[in-house]
Amino acid sequence: MSRVKGGVSWRNTPPGTVTFGASAMEVETGLWRSMRPVLDLEKCVSCLKCWVQCPDASIMTDEDARVCGINEYFCKGCGVCQAVCPAGAISMRPESDFSDCGKVCEPDKVMQLVKNTGMVGELVGS
Amino acid sequence: MSGVRLKDLVGKKNPLTEGHRMCPGCGAPTELRQAFMGIDDPVVVVGATGCLEVSSTVYPYSAWRVPFMHVAFENAAAAISGVVAAHSVLAERGTAKKNIKFVAFGGDGGTYDIGLQALSGALERGHDFTYICYNNQGYMNTGAQRSSATPRGANATTSPAGSVLGGKLQRAKNMTEIAAAHDIPYVAQTTLHNPADLISKVRRAVETPGPAFVNVLVPCALFWKIATCDQVKICKLAADTRFWPIYEVIEGRHALSYTPRTPLPLEEFLKAQGRYSHLFRAGAERADIVAQAQKDIDDDWEKLLRKCS
Ligand SMILES: Cc1ncc(C[n+]2csc(CCOP(=O)(O)OP(=O)(O)O)c2C)c(N)n1
Ligand code: SF4
Ligand code: SF4
Ligand code: SF4
Ligand SMILES: [Mg+2]
Repeated sequence: MSRVKGGVSWRNTPPGTVTFGASAMEVETGLWRSMRPVLDLEKCVSCLKCWVQCPDASIMTDEDARVCGINEYFCKGCGVCQAVCPAGAISMRPESDFSDCGKVCEPDKVMQLVKNTGMVGELVGS
Repeated sequence: MSGVRLKDLVGKKNPLTEGHRMCPGCGAPTELRQAFMGIDDPVVVVGATGCLEVSSTVYPYSAWRVPFMHVAFENAAAAISGVVAAHSVLAERGTAKKNIKFVAFGGDGGTYDIGLQALSGALERGHDFTYICYNNQGYMNTGAQRSSATPRGANATTSPAGSVLGGKLQRAKNMTEIAAAHDIPYVAQTTLHNPADLISKVRRAVETPGPAFVNVLVPCALFWKIATCDQVKICKLAADTRFWPIYEVIEGRHALSYTPRTPLPLEEFLKAQGRYSHLFRAGAERADIVAQAQKDIDDDWEKLLRKCS
């Protein structure tokens, strides 16, 4: 609290509860990832084992209920999908191997999101 | 176990969304998502305080697509009792749908320990709801304190392994049998490596009128000290060593759902997890604790077989 000027206290916290169901869909948990699953659709036999065991519902499927990709916005890189795949269709690679690594984390965008919540005052130094 | 085809479940929206903040590789969200795959009707969920509740409702976000209520750590079963009672009045008046399913979940702390009284009361009163315990065998959200579900020999911050103690001194209590002793219509114990089993057990639980209790073993990658990718492997080891028997109790009748053809020694389950590493440290092995832990599960298995016959 000491680093926040005009920050929240319990007195000016809006009463309440979470307004929208499923709003966690805005939270980019993919930013946590240090290993990235790479899916080889040529090898995939669409057994759906990865889909049913993914803790983060990040295995994408098409209208025919076949696996078609990995949702990198949410995938935390745990590697469960790779461990259960009977076809060797998923490999885990370090995020740093990818040219878009780190680009997803835009400090300005994050700051704007924080400000948009209306919950914090001006951060010292910003 | 029959009748579950993953292909048929893919198109359904799950009550628990992505974007929750459980650790990578946590077993709890996997387990609860699978559980919900067994429910076709609209569902109302109540959660006890614990990792799953906290991480799915980080303010101002919610990872719930369905009506969700959290009250406190100790009273998920009491809270759902009230919801069920209120709903039955509204349904009678014709102002609420009739076919709603009510699910309460709690961790092992919220179920075996602090929530036991509320749960016992709700089971005894006979409300029509399903209680799911996601059992990671400790108070994980507050840093891995031991609970009455923590097994013998496991390292926990309040039963620490060191030069004096070899982890938790007591065996885990048998919550599944305690629930069954309430003579409720449906009780089941399972884990998450075989989704068809978990999904069909939850389906049976919600379809059965009256209270149902489902106890699901779920790894906590962080405090079981396993690789984040290993949750499925560990659950299979739990079943194959008989550490965690997979069974159900339908109208008071016990039935095994899975019998390992050749049970693996318990050691294989223990050695796969850092929370037991002190038992195998070179020069300071605790074969005595491993043997006692093996005896715990052998005794339990014998008791279970007698109940199944
Ligand atoms: C009455 C009360 N006592 C203590 C706490 C602190 N507390 C929050 S979560 C938690 C542990 C929950 O353990 P468990 O039910 O096993 O769920 P897990 O976190 O392991 O998933 C504790 C002790 C609380 N919220 N309320
Ligand atoms: S587990 Fe492997 S083979 Fe099965 S659907 Fe997933 S990627 Fe395809
Ligand atoms: S790495 Fe983990 S979170 Fe990512 S898709 Fe695979 S199972 Fe899901
Ligand atoms: S501490 Fe354990 S139970 Fe809690 S979210 Fe992390 S892995 Fe899951
Ligand atoms: Mg727990």
